[in-house]
Order: sequence, then C-alpha cells, then structure tokens
Amino acid sequence: MSGSTIIFYLLATLTLVCGVASVLTRLIFRAAIYVLFSLIGIAGIYFWLDYQFVAAVQIVVYVGGIVVLIIFSIFLTQQAGEKLPKQKIGRKIFSGLAVFCGFALTMLQVFQHLFHSTSEEALPASVSNIGSRMLSIEKGGYALPFELVSILLLAALIGCIVIALRAKPETK
Amino acid sequence: MTEPGLYHLLFISAALFFIGIYGFLTRKNLITILMSVELVLNSVNLNFIAFNKYLWPGRLDGLFFTVFIIAIAAAEAAVAIAIIINLYRSHQSIDVENAEELKY
Repeated sequence: MSGSTIIFYLLATLTLVCGVASVLTRLIFRAAIYVLFSLIGIAGIYFWLDYQFVAAVQIVVYVGGIVVLIIFSIFLTQQAGEKLPKQKIGRKIFSGLAVFCGFALTMLQVFQHLFHSTSEEALPASVSNIGSRMLSIEKGGYALPFELVSILLLAALIGCIVIALRAKPETK
Repeated sequence: MTEPGLYHLLFISAALFFIGIYGFLTRKNLITILMSVELVLNSVNLNFIAFNKYLWPGRLDGLFFTVFIIAIAAAEAAVAIAIIINLYRSHQSIDVENAEELKY
C-alpha cells in the first residue's frame, strides 16, 4: 500500500467522520467547526486528485468565506453554550431509515454500473488551461456562464444588503 | 484496502450527500440546516470532479461546473444568512417551527 493510498483514506475518514459529527452534535458552534474540517477534507481530496485550482477555491470560498459567515451568524443569533433542543426520537428513526435506504440504493446502483472512460489524452487542470477555457467564446468555452455568475453574485450581494437593512419604524 | 479510484470517490460523495440529508431532516435550527445544505452541495462538487478526472480527463467541464456551483453556493449562503438575521430580529428565534408566517 503506497503513501498516496493512505493519504486518500485519511482524507476520506476526516471528511466523513466530521460530516457525521456535525449533524449529530447538539452544540451549534461545534457543528460549525466540524463542517469546517469536513470542507478541509474535501479540499484535501481535490489536492489529492491534482486539481489544485479547485482546492484553492474551495479553501478560499468555503473555509474562508462561508464558514466564517456561519460562525458570525451563530454569534449574532445564539446564546453561548446553549444546547439545541432534542429532536423527537420518532423523527430521528424515520430520517435515519430513509437516509440509510437511499444510500444503500444509490451504492447498489453505482457498484452495478460499469463506467467507461474515454481514451483521449489527459488535459492538465493547470491555471492557464482553466483561464483560457473559461474566457473563450468558442464552442466549449465558458464565457457566458462566467458572466451570468458574475451578475448573479452582484445581485445576491445587493439583495443581502437590502434584506439585512434595518427597516425604518413606520409610525412614530 | 484497494487502490482508490472512481468508486471510492462516488462512495464518499454519496455518503456525504446522505449525511447532509439526515441533518436537513432532523435539525430545527435554520443555521444548522444551512450547514447541511453546504454538505450536500460539496458532495455534488466532489462527484463532478471525480467524473471529470476518471471518465473525461481530456476536458475540463466538470471542473467548471464545480467552480460555478461554489460561486452560487456562496451567493446562496449570503442571502440565507441575511434572511436568518432578519428573522431573528423580528421573532427572536431561528427555529423553523417559529417561522410560520409569510409576512409579519
């Protein structure tokens, strides 16, 4: 067993264990930290697959952005040290059963299916390849989705400001 | 333990997806529900990257889908947290069960 295999299994264990812990813990701050480590594990898997650009984006956007945002909103809305209320046991059993059946069904389908790989030569996911493909307007280029996502982000940011603005008191 | 390949990545991705679904079904707090949704989105990203790497290595389409999903997830999280904070201001609670009015 080579070192790369061991690293892969370590990253997979980190991702899955932290994911399970984040949905089971009753302390909301711990849940956020577990999600953080799960996302770091996924970024590690991207590194392992030689997709450095996606791994960097994952760390910058998810770990540096979204998780920090979530932690801020926990501080704004939650009393410190307070546990989340217990969920009904019936609902837990029902959800666990549904999730287990869905997972078993999916894995059964996946392992029965034989995937065929194409035999074209590999295009390295280097930043120059990604950049030239993302901004190309020819067939297979991603210039239009890129612009659409920019507009979506702008609209979302303005929408956030409008939503989170404190409404003026109407009667005084 | 075998050499990791496409099936291992699909296993991780499916497991993470259903972990997220479990959190989505059992949580009541809106922020924890948002975290579960992030897990689900990440499992989808992992799937795209795995298929790109092992089935179509000559193209970068899966990678672009992943990058765009990450951008959309960031926008979604920002809007969701703005709504959650607004809800907390008006109801002093962010449990789904207390948020039953469409307009206050």
